[in-house]
Amino acid sequence: MATSIDVSDVNIYYGDFKAVEGVNMTIKARSVTAFIGPSGCGKSTFLRTLNRMHEVIPGARVEGKIVLQGQDMYAPSVDPVAVRRQVGMVFQRANPFPTMSIYENVLAGNRLNNKRLKKSEADTIVERSLKGANLWNEVKDRLNKPGMGLSGGQQQRLCIARAIAVQPQVLLMDEPCSALDPISTSAIEDLIHELKSTYTIVIVTHNMQQAARVSDETGFFNLKATGEPGHLVEFNSTEKMFTNPDNEATEAYISGRFG
Amino acid sequence: MLAPLRFERGPRMSTQQKTAGALQHARLPGWAPGVVLTGSAAFGGLVWLLSGNVAFGVAGLILAFLIAMPLWATLVEGRRAGVDRAVTAMVWSAFGVILIPLVWLIWLTVSKGIEAINMEFLTYSMRSVVGDEQGGLYHALLGTLIVTGIAALISVPIGIFAAIYLIEYGRGTKLSKAITFLVDVMTGIPSIVAGLFAFALFALVFGPGRFGLAGGIALSLLMVPTVVRATEEMLKLVPDDLREASYALGVSKWRTIAKVVLPTSIGGIVTGVVLAIARVIGETAPLLVASGFTNNVNTNPVDGPMMTLPVFIYTQYTQATEKGALYAWGGALTLIVIVMLLNLVARIIGKIYAPKTGH
Repeated sequence: MATSIDVSDVNIYYGDFKAVEGVNMTIKARSVTAFIGPSGCGKSTFLRTLNRMHEVIPGARVEGKIVLQGQDMYAPSVDPVAVRRQVGMVFQRANPFPTMSIYENVLAGNRLNNKRLKKSEADTIVERSLKGANLWNEVKDRLNKPGMGLSGGQQQRLCIARAIAVQPQVLLMDEPCSALDPISTSAIEDLIHELKSTYTIVIVTHNMQQAARVSDETGFFNLKATGEPGHLVEFNSTEKMFTNPDNEATEAYISGRFG
Repeated sequence: MLAPLRFERGPRMSTQQKTAGALQHARLPGWAPGVVLTGSAAFGGLVWLLSGNVAFGVAGLILAFLIAMPLWATLVEGRRAGVDRAVTAMVWSAFGVILIPLVWLIWLTVSKGIEAINMEFLTYSMRSVVGDEQGGLYHALLGTLIVTGIAALISVPIGIFAAIYLIEYGRGTKLSKAITFLVDVMTGIPSIVAGLFAFALFALVFGPGRFGLAGGIALSLLMVPTVVRATEEMLKLVPDDLREASYALGVSKWRTIAKVVLPTSIGGIVTGVVLAIARVIGETAPLLVASGFTNNVNTNPVDGPMMTLPVFIYTQYTQATEKGALYAWGGALTLIVIVMLLNLVARIIGKIYAPKTGH
């Protein structure tokens, strides 16, 4: 079910401003890839290009090739909506739909696309997704209560459940724990470990310990100076990145000498 | 047991000392505003008695409170507290002053109009009513509902779709800027111009004539900008997070709008629509021009003049008879009740559709 992503020579623009330049990498299937780097270096921007969410912002565009399942997702004939069905996303701030109950939130991906589901099928999807997001035991008795009534950590896991309910190939996570307490963070990190057996996961994080804990491979983004585009400095296995990085800047950042 | 918390630096510090770190100051007692209000009311009453004019009395009350309350607070509590009391007093006075005409208007309309209201008044038209015979506003009530219904039917879809274009599709484009500008201009159209436009429009095509549909068109011209503005504001309030969440699930744009954005903002949109209806339902001039007036019940909006409540009030008032004045008040009360009911409906709908946050 999971798939790898090949990125070659990607430049990302906001209007005339070049935000990220020259990214090349291969994101392996069934593994966790983490992006680290200082604020404003373009890691979230790059993450958002992986499911064509970047172009939701007016004036934003992407150059280069991103190949998913042998197809360039930026080819003119590709519908961004189709890409997003393969590549799900979890955002920094938990964003359950306020008009929907927990049950409806999990089914949102199916229901909003007008997929007809039998009650039993819907129940199965909800249970499987909530169990997959480690939330089932906490909410199984109040599935019809509004999703906004959950705590922050629970809301974030609800969003993960919602994302995996449509069974994507890849799951992108944009700083999913930055607004959460350590216990919820740990719950989500455990969840990432479990999810990687089924999905390709890409996570942006500001927390280097988190990157070291959850990821198999790490990409370090940096910018030469403010106003310059961000670029990928080093992309290596997490073990190597955190013990013996190839690049001096990576070592300086990871050991806390800057950033 | 914990001792009461006191932020004192040392045992010798008393509440009287005004050192830099002291947190305790002299405070006015909680009943102080009540006392000042009573005193000011007494002063206002005196002014009323002396001048014989109730307006002077009210002005005296407000003025006395505005001066006495901050003054007392400044003397006891210090300058900052005085300013605080002065601004608080001003805000409350403004609130009170604005309430006077509102309450007065409703009280006057209810007390004068209630005499006219009875079953016959509500269910009879003015057809062949001569002298002191009873008649009613049934024809006008029906006409108002039909004409306003037509206006709503035309302007609600146009307004909501225009707002969806402006917020969801046309952000920052030249076309959307042009539309926004035109909507702003439309907001400022004098209502009689809208009436003349509708009348002229139909006169050009079908020859001169007054009927309900023309009135509905005139009202919809006035309603569209209000609906667009209200819907726009509500759509702006929907966080982009939700749109992105929906896109990330592989949902197309129009489905996102139809199933996420609109349901999230529907409460506010309905409220805006109902308030827009309430605003045009009392328009007189455009209906006088476009729909004309009649004493008969007419339920066909494309044939012959159609009476409406504002025009009924106007014609009854211009009769300058005792009965005419009474009927005018009765019509006014009916109109206010309809507007109040609409507001009530809007509030209930807003409550029902408000995003749920409960546990």
